[in-house]
Amino acid sequence: MKRGLEGPEPEERPTPSGRRNKQGIRIDPEVEATHEPRRTVISALVEHEPGVLSDVSGLFSRRQFNIESLTVGPTEDDDRARITIVVEEPDPGIDQVEKQLRKLVPVISVRELEPDAMRRELALIKVDATDPAQVNAVAEMYDAETVDSSPETATIEVTGARPKIEAAVETFSQFGIREISRTGTTALARGTDRTAAAESTAQPADEANHGDNYQTADDD
Amino acid sequence: MSERAAEISPADDEQDDDQITDSAAPDAVTEDGTASDAETATDPVTTGAESVVRALENAGVECAFGVQGGAIMPVYDALYDSDIRHVTMAHEQGAAHAADAYGIVSGEPGVCLATSGPGATNLVTGIADADMDSDPLLALTGQVPTEFVGNDAFQETDTTGVTTPITKDNSFASDSDRVGSDVSEAFALAGAGRPGPTLVDLPKDITKGETDQEPDDPKVPDTYQVQERADTEIVEAAAERIENAARPVMLLGGGVIKGEASEACREFAIEHEIPVITTMPGIGAFPEDHELSLEMAGMHGTGYANMAITHCDTLIGIGTRFDDRLTGGIETFAPDAELIHVDIDPAEISKNIHADYPLVGDAETVVEQLADAVDESPDATKWRAQCQQWKSDYSMAYDAPKDEPVQPEFVVEALDEATSDRAIVTTGVGQHQMWACQYWTYTEPRTWVSSHGLGTMGYGLPSAIGARIAADDDQEVVCIDGDGSFLMTLQGLSVAVREELDITVAVLNNEYIGMVRQWQDAFFDGRHSASDYGWMPEFDKLAEAFGAEGFRIDDYDDVAETIDAAIAYDGPSVIDVHIDPDANVYPMVPSGGDNGQFALAEDQL
Ligand SMILES: Cc1ncc(C[n+]2csc(CCOP(=O)(O)OP(=O)(O)O)c2C)c(N)n1
Repeated sequence: MKRGLEGPEPEERPTPSGRRNKQGIRIDPEVEATHEPRRTVISALVEHEPGVLSDVSGLFSRRQFNIESLTVGPTEDDDRARITIVVEEPDPGIDQVEKQLRKLVPVISVRELEPDAMRRELALIKVDATDPAQVNAVAEMYDAETVDSSPETATIEVTGARPKIEAAVETFSQFGIREISRTGTTALARGTDRTAAAESTAQPADEANHGDNYQTADDD
Repeated sequence: MSERAAEISPADDEQDDDQITDSAAPDAVTEDGTASDAETATDPVTTGAESVVRALENAGVECAFGVQGGAIMPVYDALYDSDIRHVTMAHEQGAAHAADAYGIVSGEPGVCLATSGPGATNLVTGIADADMDSDPLLALTGQVPTEFVGNDAFQETDTTGVTTPITKDNSFASDSDRVGSDVSEAFALAGAGRPGPTLVDLPKDITKGETDQEPDDPKVPDTYQVQERADTEIVEAAAERIENAARPVMLLGGGVIKGEASEACREFAIEHEIPVITTMPGIGAFPEDHELSLEMAGMHGTGYANMAITHCDTLIGIGTRFDDRLTGGIETFAPDAELIHVDIDPAEISKNIHADYPLVGDAETVVEQLADAVDESPDATKWRAQCQQWKSDYSMAYDAPKDEPVQPEFVVEALDEATSDRAIVTTGVGQHQMWACQYWTYTEPRTWVSSHGLGTMGYGLPSAIGARIAADDDQEVVCIDGDGSFLMTLQGLSVAVREELDITVAVLNNEYIGMVRQWQDAFFDGRHSASDYGWMPEFDKLAEAFGAEGFRIDDYDDVAETIDAAIAYDGPSVIDVHIDPDANVYPMVPSGGDNGQFALAEDQL
């Protein structure tokens, strides 16, 4: 007995010539390129209530967003916390990150920061202190401070944008690094620009990022 | 605190003398505590649990589904004095599905209750199901007393932790004075904007705790903002695109039904003569007997819908999230189409398929905006003729020779014929679900109740229970189930019998978990690993053991008569329909495949 339905076979059917890329964008000359991932900072202002951090971090793991760091801390308003997230995603992914974050009920506002935003992280670097003078000299180079020292170790606190921390770690490694603890990036928009005001949109940053003049601030 | 409440209330009443008729409750209660006016009388709340129940009453909840247990007992105790109907289910999964279906049919959030630990975890499948389908649902779970939380106390589970990824929002109640308002807010959130499940975890000390706080009215939190109207400029641009379209198609998703936009979509499509496709959750948004209807697209959609969606140049997607079962491979999905995407959830725009015209807003409002903006209908006579041609090329006709085993399609059509246009269909998950999509002609929204995004076997019977309670008396409720799916939640029959629910369950019994067998035939060399269910019970006898009416169909001669008898039976009935065990579902687009390359038979896969 025959199994199935009547009709022209697949190969007898017309097929359109168009295609979409993996991101669901029609491939025509103008948009042919797939978006490459870029690293950016998303800032979210949230209700300071239990569970909100796990809501946010859960969202990132469940949706497989490529997250580099996530920091959270109180703000000028006791009822609100700020979450700063560094993500590395193609533009459609960054767009999704923002939209999905905005959907969480305790989230008040979300925006992608301008490339020139102030970004800082803190690192504690514990090194062997066989040569304390040398360690201090390097610390000075990075405006770092020795916050603990023992006959065998010195712990240095350094703050700055990621590249600076990276460079400091690199340089300190000559002494033999015992342990490192880093906070991840926290960030604020420059000048009078509000980082995550209730009404803010990601528009300006988006535009800036789509242009060719994409670069991080030089104080990094 | 209750004493204080007693002291304060009369004083308040005096002050509010001129508002007595408006103000709730105490006024209507006479000194001996009996209600002087049974219609409006409500005692002041004295415990967190009473406040929870009051919140449900204020929200207009008429029915809740659940199972008792230690941690939720205070809430049940408060329910005892309430007019809210409580349907005790045989398993919490069923409570969640029943509430979910209640929400689909009524449009108001369905409510389910469970105790802590195993009660709450048994709800999880149903909550996840509601989440994937954006069904409005409120789950209330008992929790161990606050002081035990985190100590692995008896029946403790981190319920908010477990349900965070599958709820729109959840909360852990921490204050007896606030718990009622927490519930009001959760109810409002479940139904607002894009609907979805919300949950409030209720520690026993909080619900037992004294309070005189009446809950606030249901209101969503300020941080939850929904955009109603789409950007006018994009509406204008989209309208122009529609006017100039040569091959337009409307794709209606579940959001059309949830947003009450079916009527607006119908008018728009008919006025501008645009062919209409639905997604699976969108079934019922457009009458399938209308000439413009191409029915459902996607993995088991009709050939003509899949041809049309593949070849259109303008796709007007409304309230759909472009699930992979609909799109198949992204590369080949509507590759020539500019997409106009209407959705209330901005995150759905360009999530899977890039939207050329993103229209964020309420489906009904935005379709009306579009209707106002489109002045001229697209010139698409040739396209419509092409769609009609595909309808006849790839018709959903099947053979049903009398000397062969009963074909499932025939049974579905016979059930459709035996019932009214407004009859509600619920299903399990598998082949039977697909036949129920394909061979039943849906004409009304909220008559198709199924598990789409999560694909939950066992959804059929409990959802029929919820649907029955939400439905009008003259609407038949038919559950088209698979033998495997039915077996997962059939303890719900005891509920249907106890509650005297008029439901007809037709089990399309192939003694296989058929959809798996179909894939094994197609993609695993016919190796039927663990899909052969040759040990199925006799479902008609089983039904009778539960106190329901049992029927059995073995051949074509029985079909019409048995179905009529089962539908006519006033109470739960189960028809064990022995269908062709080898029947498979076509057309079929293999997962990730090209919708236009659907297979019509196994050798095309
Ligand atoms: C809870 C659950 N477990 C497993 C599956 C995987 N699954 C999908 S369809 C199917 C077969 C369903 O069999 P049956 O209910 O008998 O329906 P049929 O396909 O035979 O109509 C299975 C096992 C599922 N969808 N849900």
